[in-house]
Amino acid sequence: MFSKRKSAYVGLVIILGFIVIALFAPWIAPHDYRVQDRSSIMESPSLEYPLGTDRVGRCLLSRIIYGARISLTVGLVSVGIGASLGLLIGSISGYMGGWVDRVIMGFVDIVWSFPTMLLAIALTAILQPGLQSVIIALGLVSWPEYARIIRSQFLAVKQKEFVEAARSVGASDFRIIKNHLLPNSIAPIIVVGTLGMATAVLVEATFSYLGLGAQPPEPSWGSILSMGKDFIYHQPLMSIAPGLAIMIMVLGFNLFGDAIRDIMDPRLKN
Amino acid sequence: MAAYLVKRILGIIPILVVASLIVFFMLQLTPGDPVLLLAGERATPERIERITAEWGLDQPLYVQYFAFAGRIIQGDFGQSITRNRPVSDLLKTSLPITLELSLAALFVSMVIGVPAGIISAVRHGSLIDQAALFGSLIGVSIPAFWFGILLMLAFAVRMPILPTSGYGTFAQLILPAVALGTAGAARISRVMRSSMLEVMQQDYIRTARAKGLSEKIVIYKHGLRNALLPVITIMGLSLGWLLAGSVALEMVFARPGMGQLLVRGILMRDYPVVQGMLIFLVICVVVANLVADILIAMANPRIKFD
Repeated sequence: MFSKRKSAYVGLVIILGFIVIALFAPWIAPHDYRVQDRSSIMESPSLEYPLGTDRVGRCLLSRIIYGARISLTVGLVSVGIGASLGLLIGSISGYMGGWVDRVIMGFVDIVWSFPTMLLAIALTAILQPGLQSVIIALGLVSWPEYARIIRSQFLAVKQKEFVEAARSVGASDFRIIKNHLLPNSIAPIIVVGTLGMATAVLVEATFSYLGLGAQPPEPSWGSILSMGKDFIYHQPLMSIAPGLAIMIMVLGFNLFGDAIRDIMDPRLKN
Repeated sequence: MAAYLVKRILGIIPILVVASLIVFFMLQLTPGDPVLLLAGERATPERIERITAEWGLDQPLYVQYFAFAGRIIQGDFGQSITRNRPVSDLLKTSLPITLELSLAALFVSMVIGVPAGIISAVRHGSLIDQAALFGSLIGVSIPAFWFGILLMLAFAVRMPILPTSGYGTFAQLILPAVALGTAGAARISRVMRSSMLEVMQQDYIRTARAKGLSEKIVIYKHGLRNALLPVITIMGLSLGWLLAGSVALEMVFARPGMGQLLVRGILMRDYPVVQGMLIFLVICVVVANLVADILIAMANPRIKFD
């Protein structure tokens, strides 16, 4: 394939492209994603509707463009929740050590060995189907990975001289964590976060397809596919286009995350 | 070995306890009266009274939990609200359907993933390696359920040679198994490739080459045997992942398995069914991982059992 640096750029361009689409959706989309044109239902692609229309006469292209907002929001917020929780819990575990560390890590192990997808489904069942539930569920199942990274970084950095030096000039625990330990743990967090975005986009699409995520009329790519499958004989584009969007966005995050990881850790180079 | 087995089997208990706690608290945390969640919103007063007594819902929470745990250990998950059948009945009919799809998908992913990984590693850096790497990148980026829809579009709608839905015949198994298995193959080929690459750099491979063995024997007898060990682990993990992934594919291909029952149960607020399916899916995944751990311990005598 291409070099790591190149695939990082390709990934980044894809990600930025989707961010631009999401931010400027009202200007890019040819129609409002909610407007139902009763005179053109289930239409084939035309100049007015480049990808055709759905069962209630809504512009498919416009719905896919607005769908980027949902995918990116769910990804960002859920990764934010997972990373913050992991950061907090992992810091406590790594900094305190001793029995606190053992209890927290025991708990991390249990959550870790749980099938993620099933845990997320269980949480969504408790919180009731909806995008908010998917976001919270994704955040609650993803924190252990961040916690583990932060903790091991802490254990590695704790012994270093510069931390010793900071302590000897009277820096407080909080100050040491904020100024000396966290900056050293940030890089791997970015990698896990980027790959976590890929997972979040996939899970959101799957949940919305199943009816557990986005509720109508929210234009999630997963829910468009779900309607598309009902009309797979008449309107195959509705079963293809949203899936392509999901695939390209997930590919972008995977390319970027994989490449950054390999660039940062030369030992992983094959 | 025996001690390792016991330790490993005991290790799954906390996971099952947490799973049962989540499922138990599902009723408490979900908005609404737990009795009505179990009995259904249109339940008669007699039924509400009976369910309250049966599940001990008028008792303190910890008593309720132990009563609940005791019942699920005996395989009693109560009565489905929407289907008017015991959940254990539904489990009996849906479990084989889900296992069939997961195992078939595992087979597909091994058949594609293992050779792809080996060829990739052996011809490291070649065009074929790069193609395989790119393929696996696409494979992990495609939502399995969408790949299923694409396959359906191609082989059931455009070229009607396979059925779009249902369960029972081999033809109905092909599309969902290929859709789910291809996604699994991407992961397996990645692991197989890096494991093979690592093994091929070991001293014993250099020794084998130095004593003049043909490259074929070096690769397949000395390399592959050692490189397959991590694949056993990933097989167990994949089975767990495929079981969870079968939820979406059962919805796409209308297979009446545990995943479909679970999702319909959530949408129709049929909590006894949701509880039963969740607990059982978790048990399947945990057992799959356990079996993989035990297999790898038996296959690799160098692992210390302590």
